[in-house]
Amino acid sequence: MVDFGYKIQADRQINLDITNKALANFVKKHENSFNTCIGCGTCTATCSTAKFTDFNFRRLQLYIRRGETEQVKTEIAKCMLCGKCQLACPRGVNTRNVIMMIKKGLEAQL
Amino acid sequence: MNFAWFVLPFSLGLFLLFILVIFKISFWVRQLPLRDRLLLNRGIFSLKIFKVIKEVIMESLLHRRIFKINPVLGFMHMSFAFGWFMLILVGNMESRLYAGTELNLPYYAIFFKYFLHQPLTIPFAEGFTFIMDFFLVLVLSGLLIALSKRIYSRVVGMKRTTKLKPFDVFAMLSLWFIFPFRLLAESMAAGMYHTGGFLTQPLGNFFAGFLPLGPLSYAMWWAYSIALGVFFVSLPYSRYMHIPTEIVLIAFRHVGIRRTKEYDMFKDVEVFSCSRCGICIDKCQLNTMAQVNTIQSAYFIKSIRKKNQQEAVVQNCLVCGRCQEFCPVGIKTDDLRLSQRMIFENREIADFHYLPQDVPVKTDILYFAGCMTHLTPSIKKAMLNILNSSGISYRFMDEDGSICCGRPLMLSGNNKDALKLMQTNKDIIRSSEAHTLVTSCPICLRVFKEDYNLNINVVHHTQFIENLIAEGKISLENSGAKISYHDPCELGRGLGIYDEPRNVLSQTGVLLKNSLERKSSLCCGGSVANNQNYNINKDKISKEVVAHLSAKEPDMIATACPLCKKSLVKYADIRVADIAELVSEQMVSNKADASRAEKKFNVESVEA
Repeated sequence: MVDFGYKIQADRQINLDITNKALANFVKKHENSFNTCIGCGTCTATCSTAKFTDFNFRRLQLYIRRGETEQVKTEIAKCMLCGKCQLACPRGVNTRNVIMMIKKGLEAQL
Repeated sequence: MNFAWFVLPFSLGLFLLFILVIFKISFWVRQLPLRDRLLLNRGIFSLKIFKVIKEVIMESLLHRRIFKINPVLGFMHMSFAFGWFMLILVGNMESRLYAGTELNLPYYAIFFKYFLHQPLTIPFAEGFTFIMDFFLVLVLSGLLIALSKRIYSRVVGMKRTTKLKPFDVFAMLSLWFIFPFRLLAESMAAGMYHTGGFLTQPLGNFFAGFLPLGPLSYAMWWAYSIALGVFFVSLPYSRYMHIPTEIVLIAFRHVGIRRTKEYDMFKDVEVFSCSRCGICIDKCQLNTMAQVNTIQSAYFIKSIRKKNQQEAVVQNCLVCGRCQEFCPVGIKTDDLRLSQRMIFENREIADFHYLPQDVPVKTDILYFAGCMTHLTPSIKKAMLNILNSSGISYRFMDEDGSICCGRPLMLSGNNKDALKLMQTNKDIIRSSEAHTLVTSCPICLRVFKEDYNLNINVVHHTQFIENLIAEGKISLENSGAKISYHDPCELGRGLGIYDEPRNVLSQTGVLLKNSLERKSSLCCGGSVANNQNYNINKDKISKEVVAHLSAKEPDMIATACPLCKKSLVKYADIRVADIAELVSEQMVSNKADASRAEKKFNVESVEA
């Protein structure tokens, strides 16, 4: 096979009707301000951790809503829980508790 | 030998109480680490024992600290504790003098008036009967206050008193019934044998007029004994366990038993020492400003005792330290709260391998802004301006982004994760060989001071600025602006830094007095320690705190914590500034520079 420099990308289609929403529901149930997130990314812009590494709270909440729990696991371990994002959030999301609840949800293997 | 069947409930109750209390105390002592047990042994057989006895008299009997906080409540507790203690003490003295022997069974003194069938014949007999009646009146007056407190708590100046569970009410009622029964029994005995004093004798004579005193007084002695017995048996299981436990707590404190971060025996003794007096409930801003009234220390401590800790209760607290400051027993409620949060820690361990490991440049003075200061760049800018114009050499430790100090993780119970961050920061600080670490954030300051074991000088920027002024490295011009100062919790109650910020502020403007300051200062509401569905409550608290700080119409509100600034600025109509900002603006050299720059700009604009 001649290598033309192209390759087949893995399928990135996500069917929101059949994804595993257990973690998303768990977080929403225990911290309902998570519902108000509009994914603006202010949290990520101010994040202390994001200064050093590729940590992105906005992407994290997307993963959770899409049911991509595996990616969440490696990402969430990076958070230093400093709380800057909570103060920056224009929607009043209690981000520190969201992080803690995500961890709790992962522990419960949702 | 004097004996009557009705002494049995009392005697049995007392015996059981004795066994249970001894068992509990020996449990605490046995569970202590060896080092602490030795300390306790050595401490008890040294002069420290006199300090312990003194404090037991001052606090457990006279309740000096409650008197300071709330005189009516202090009187209530004192009348019960001291009044009852004196009744027992004087009762024992008179009965033993009368019987002519020291070897009496405990019940003899308690039911002495039953066995006494003639007026007292001992020396100072009238004095004894007077004293006994006097202390009975004292206890009854306390009982009256306690009763009205339960009906309408504002009588004793409390907006809210502790809500009790049925068993607590049962134990409380058994305590309450003891004294009226004693009054009735002794009065009736006095009515028959003329043994009473100024209260019991007239009352006895009155009863003698129309009541069959013989059988009735016997019933009263039974009732009195049963009330005592029931109270004694319920004591170890109710909040009244605080009576014996507080003595243990005072002893532990004086001999210097170590405190750890975990839930240890010291904390267990503290839990049992809580009398649920409810002073913490009135001091809690979540109660007074946000109507959250299930999480206060009294309830929280009870949940620990019942081993029924709810995560929502444990986590819903500002850890502002107000209740701790006013606790009459001196329970370290903040430490207790954090020790319980460790139960609910995240088992998903954090991974901080991404943190930079670069070796910092060596320096004498390190400046650590902290995450929150990076979020309020005006404080950072002001601080850098002060540091630069004072001409000292320093390094900005977290110029390219902060590695969190670890305190937010500790406040959420994740101490293991916090240790990793702390180690990283510690390595950076150690290898910089700095002798002074300056930080702008009281949250970082506290953890640097208390948990890092740095062995270098760790100061808050207000302390550092005060020092710079004293050394003449910067000089300030007083703007005359009226300033209302807000004490940050971690800086004030947490570390006792009250004067330095005030000294600096009084050089930049006119500092206004405030009715709730220093130890009783309010929390801004923005605490990183609370992470339970919190934003609504936080806003309620911040709003009220701003209203309180603006009451005297200041020109600006000053604070010394970036997080406080951030929370207060949301609701303030006037300027909210950190002390560093005010100092930076009022520095004399800085003013000259500013006016020069302005002139230059004017010249340029004219030329253009």
